[in-house]
Amino acid sequence: MTVRELVAALDLEVLTGDINLDRQAGSGYTSDLLSDVIANIGDDAVWITIQRHVNILGVAKLKDVSAIIIPRNLALEEAFLAKAREEGIAVLRGSKSAFELSALIYNALTRGRGVA
Amino acid sequence: MVDSLTYTPKITVEFEIGEKDFFIAGECASRVKKTLQQLGLKQEIIKRIAIIIYEAAMNVAIHATSGKLVVHIDPDGITILTQDVGAGIEDIDLAMKEGYSTATYEIREMGFGAGMGLSNIKQCSDDLYIESKVGVGTNLEARVFFNNRKKTGEDV
Repeated sequence: MTVRELVAALDLEVLTGDINLDRQAGSGYTSDLLSDVIANIGDDAVWITIQRHVNILGVAKLKDVSAIIIPRNLALEEAFLAKAREEGIAVLRGSKSAFELSALIYNALTRGRGVA
Repeated sequence: MVDSLTYTPKITVEFEIGEKDFFIAGECASRVKKTLQQLGLKQEIIKRIAIIIYEAAMNVAIHATSGKLVVHIDPDGITILTQDVGAGIEDIDLAMKEGYSTATYEIREMGFGAGMGLSNIKQCSDDLYIESKVGVGTNLEARVFFNNRKKTGEDV
């Protein structure tokens, strides 16, 4: 499914405007340790993390992630979002916890449709 | 996709890495990754190289006061070198252990310093050599061959 479809299915907030939303999201990874993400995130993955500093954008770019997803409506700095837009990385935000978002996204991606 | 390069490009890329310059690590790895993709190397090899570059550059940014990362590409493979002036490593065997880290709380809070860097580098390299002097600095040399499968055991 595309990032746009994932946004609609999970009622996520798009913080970077119309950037990269037609990208395919094929898998996901949930981690706040950057070395873990670098070594283990898959292709076309959405990355669920509570890290919100600009340096994570280097990881996102290197691993060519489909989108970064921030849980629990955590606050983001405008400088982070501006850099994300500049790098063409979609940043999404959900109200649920990383655990709940991971489960919902897993279901959405494996069933190829939205979840209730 | 090719296993090895049919021509002989000898490419050298060099990056200066400043203290706590965390963004550069991603930049180094992304730029070299792009070059390797243009050369038509296999994705699996490019992924390994990108991990080595990211982790090696990040180690310099975290633990050194200054340093550089140099990448040499030749027809047989790629060599990744870092040279830094900084803390150095007291016990290299211990530092290689996954989970062992000397990074500060502030660094860890950002998601760095998980103690996975050197073990990630080792896993992705065909050859790895590290020399270090406490209080002086560290030199790291990692080699990835384009053709050979990853060597194990005594070969390393």
